[in-house]
Amino acid sequence: MSELLNDILFLPEAASTFAERIDFLHHFVVGTTMVMSTAVGLAALFFFFRYRRRLPAQATEYVVPTLKTEFLFVSVPLVFFLAWFGIGFRDFTWLTTPPKDAMDVYVMGKQWMWKFSYPEGPNGVNVLHVPANRPVRLLITSRDVLHSFYVPSFRIKMDALPGRYTQIWFEATKPGTYQVLCTEYCGLSHSKMLAEVVVLPQEEYENWIQEQRRGLLQDRQDALADNSMVPPVARMVEQGQILAGTQGCLKCHSVDGSQHIGPTFLGMYDRVEKLEDGQTIRVDEAYITQSMMDPGAHLVAGYQNVMPTYQGKLQGPETAAIVEYIKSLRTPNVREGASEGPAYDAIQ
Amino acid sequence: MQSSSHAAGGALPVPRLAGHFASLEVQNHAARLGMWLFLATEILLFAGLFICYGIYRFLFPEAWAAASRSLDLTLGTVNTVVLITSSLTAALAVHYAKDGKNKAVAVQLGLTLVMAVGFLVIKYFEYKHKFDIGTLPGRFYSYEDIQLPGVPLYFTVYFCATALHGIHVVIGMVVLSFSLVRALKKADFGPNNFTMVELGSMYWHLVDLVWIFLFPMLYLV
Amino acid sequence: MTPSSSIAAPGANPAPEEHHDHHPSYLVDGTTIKSWLLTVDHKRIGLMFLFWVLVFFLVGGIFALLIRVELLTPGPTIMDAMTYNRMFTLHGLVMIFLFMIPAIPAVFGNFMLPLMLGAKDVAFPRLNLLSFYIYLGGATLALWGMLNGGLDTGWTFYTPYSAHTTATVAPVLFGAFIIGFSSIVTGINFIVTVHTMRAPGITWFKMPLFVWAMYATSCIQVLATPVIGLLLVLVTVENLFGFGMFDPARGGDPVLFQHLFWFYSHPAVYIMVLPSFGVMSEIVSTFSRKNLFGYRAVAYSSLGIAFVGFFAWGHHMFVSGQSTFVGGLFGVLTMLVGVFTAIKVFNWVGTVYKGAVEFKTPFAYFCGFLFFTVFGGMTGIALGTVSLDVAWHDTYFVVAHFHFIMVGATIMAFLAALHYWFPKMFGRTYHEGWGLVSAALIILGFNATFIPQFLLGNNGMPRRYYEYPERFQALNVASTAGATLLAFGFIIIALYLTYALVYGKASGKNPWRSKGYEWMSESPPPTHNFVGPQPVFPEEPHFYVDPKKAEVPNAV
Repeated sequence: MSELLNDILFLPEAASTFAERIDFLHHFVVGTTMVMSTAVGLAALFFFFRYRRRLPAQATEYVVPTLKTEFLFVSVPLVFFLAWFGIGFRDFTWLTTPPKDAMDVYVMGKQWMWKFSYPEGPNGVNVLHVPANRPVRLLITSRDVLHSFYVPSFRIKMDALPGRYTQIWFEATKPGTYQVLCTEYCGLSHSKMLAEVVVLPQEEYENWIQEQRRGLLQDRQDALADNSMVPPVARMVEQGQILAGTQGCLKCHSVDGSQHIGPTFLGMYDRVEKLEDGQTIRVDEAYITQSMMDPGAHLVAGYQNVMPTYQGKLQGPETAAIVEYIKSLRTPNVREGASEGPAYDAIQ
Repeated sequence: MQSSSHAAGGALPVPRLAGHFASLEVQNHAARLGMWLFLATEILLFAGLFICYGIYRFLFPEAWAAASRSLDLTLGTVNTVVLITSSLTAALAVHYAKDGKNKAVAVQLGLTLVMAVGFLVIKYFEYKHKFDIGTLPGRFYSYEDIQLPGVPLYFTVYFCATALHGIHVVIGMVVLSFSLVRALKKADFGPNNFTMVELGSMYWHLVDLVWIFLFPMLYLV
Repeated sequence: MTPSSSIAAPGANPAPEEHHDHHPSYLVDGTTIKSWLLTVDHKRIGLMFLFWVLVFFLVGGIFALLIRVELLTPGPTIMDAMTYNRMFTLHGLVMIFLFMIPAIPAVFGNFMLPLMLGAKDVAFPRLNLLSFYIYLGGATLALWGMLNGGLDTGWTFYTPYSAHTTATVAPVLFGAFIIGFSSIVTGINFIVTVHTMRAPGITWFKMPLFVWAMYATSCIQVLATPVIGLLLVLVTVENLFGFGMFDPARGGDPVLFQHLFWFYSHPAVYIMVLPSFGVMSEIVSTFSRKNLFGYRAVAYSSLGIAFVGFFAWGHHMFVSGQSTFVGGLFGVLTMLVGVFTAIKVFNWVGTVYKGAVEFKTPFAYFCGFLFFTVFGGMTGIALGTVSLDVAWHDTYFVVAHFHFIMVGATIMAFLAALHYWFPKMFGRTYHEGWGLVSAALIILGFNATFIPQFLLGNNGMPRRYYEYPERFQALNVASTAGATLLAFGFIIIALYLTYALVYGKASGKNPWRSKGYEWMSESPPPTHNFVGPQPVFPEEPHFYVDPKKAEVPNAV
């Protein structure tokens, strides 16, 4: 029945737990809308006919509604609307509260592609692999302008904001491939910023992850990516190297492992660092960017808080280039032992 | 309805009653109501900037405090006193207009304008200082002495707010000078004809009110 | 009525503008160009607005058709991506700022408000003229910008993209800023008019409901427009000088932009729709020959929509990264606004009950309007149930929803008003048959255009897409076919109304036999609306009771 309704309404198949939940509300609301429109329409048509004019200057009765009628006009819609709000908001809070055991994936939107990275896994471009029947939390950000991560089959959507992380979670129910579309206008190739979510059954997903970990640390370019507009990573690394010189990073950060005023860039990426306040943090793109903008926020233990802020001095692409440069200085010594994940709080 | 200007004895100058109004009283009431509505729009215009200020102050409290220290409190206070006094003279102008003392009206409005110019001159010096040290908005920012995130944003808000206010000061000056010219040339303000002065003065009070909010927000953080 | 005279050439139509009591109608009182360009007569100003508003509607409509043609195929069809991005931006900007916001208020509000209040003009006639020229000036600047590089940010010009795009932002946004002043000035004018210029005896609750609607609209115009004005300036300087108010690289917050933007733009949609509700109240009363069912309820609901409408803006931002709690808050407030509209719908239908319906062209538009308001309004409520919006936000579902309201409700009302008040404004009648035919075409064409878009949104097609996955093609083709039908309907209206302007039969003073207040004056009215002192309106508007019948219960 629900399938039939979904077909009539052109809804894509429900492939996540959230989709199954809200499709009920969808049917309820749409159904009531249809019924009400028809009812009002029929009532109106009936009145038009029954009370058609019989004389050119016909006089009519002076009819006023009783208080009870007006109260009915107000309360019946209000009850329905609030009921829908109640159901809808309940589902919304369910959607914005990821379960504690959700698996994290970092999503970065940039003009005009989606990049995914797993805390313990590979990076992907425009293809996101997830296991079926397991909650997945997406931590989404943007490198440049606003984007929005939308998977119609999961009925989920969340904007990608530069300078901030937003989050959303889902649990895919059926293995398959589902399209991701960007739904916040972001420029020339906004409509080409497509990606896909590949939902694999649990064991296949495990196999895939093992395969990826076995020495495949580089980005996988995918046929869907339109890279004609994006400078290739190699050039970004060069640009980052130049910027590190001109912006004064190299005055305090070495690139060969030697100790200096700030932590060395060599092997910095993906390291688990201990902070001044005892917490640990994983050095990923977000942390590196934060350190450039607000250096005092999460200070590595043992170092002085003397780094100037680069906020306002670097454009988005420039910080990205510096990050890529630092990433290129990885050594095989990185990632001994299990990563502990970043010390982020969920964004409420 | 024609209003006669042939009163017995000294003829009091009376404004022209527009044909579509029921009476002069209605016409004046309409003018005042219109001006109040316009002032409401001006308040909402600045409200948007105040919201920006509020949000960013909440996000960058240290930067706000540090950057505010770098403003010249003396100049800001002088400006405030100047502007409040100019509001007083504008109000006095209305008072004299109601009494028909056109010369006094001209004097008061002249004083108001002089003080407005003074305000702008002080503002010019403040801006010049900022140009010199580099605390300019957005991509022109080049001040190194405060190393906190959000400081450039403070100056962006500062410039947007004070520039918008400055534009309104100039507009107010133009409006008041119309009344000033009329007080000098036609000299026909009187108990039945002071609406022009009153509306101009109301606008000036708004300009002053906005500054009364901006001053503590920007200088007294 | 002109007696048939042998002097008149066969087939010649009598000029309705001349009255036998030597008070020429406003149309002929002064025939030089200067008398029109420098007029302070609210009726002439209304007509000048009408001309330009229709010109801009044509411009926006052409953009719309080009968009629909481009969307016939999944890939490039007739233009490249950058042009397409400019096209939908300009369609939105032109339609919203140059057509929808001024349309009913500046044309019919200007024309009818003084007539409905027994006044000789609005409170500030010269300001009225200024409002017209500000509108034209801003429109010129914006259009010049469009032709010289064109904006490509979407009409919502979200940052950071609008701050960084190389398309021409400054003239277009600054043009919109200037037009905002026109809106504010008109709003002030109307509010003061309603407060100070009612004829003796017209108390607040004896005002026609169109006046109530215009009053509520004017309140919104006055309070909301300054915020977008500020925002337009801020984004312009951000684009030109890199000020960085909303640029995260400089510490700014793009979501703050969205809050400021929607704080105006949500009440703005009520500026666009409230006047149409007012028009419909008048039309349903006239063509059912009946008092409006719940006069006070409808009057209060106009104010209610205006008031609560200011607090619902966050429903455009459910997935923007704002907190869950705030999302819930805005969701509830959105529901409240929906209730006010529901009240109106029920009261309109109630008006027809025990009425005497004459199914003329304006009433045909009322029928379309009713359906589109219920459907469009309820899809609005559906969007407001936060969880459903997660899937629908920024898809064609939203596009269909707001077109249902903006075209389905407002443009129906605009056309209805044009037909209803055509005799009042020009003293002529149009061909009723063509009126009904084009109304049917428009209603059908509209459904054919936008119902597929609801389904497209359900299916997952996002907005502002130049190319789209192939599975969306069938619905897009259907939508374009409907758009063609719709365009056809508009063309037919343009033809027969222009014909009627020149060759239409004289309509007489009150062809609809309406007891609305504006019909007490001549059609077309003389320059000062009334000759002599202000008229007295003995009864409330739309009082169709036979005077010989018994007493009338107290209205709610």
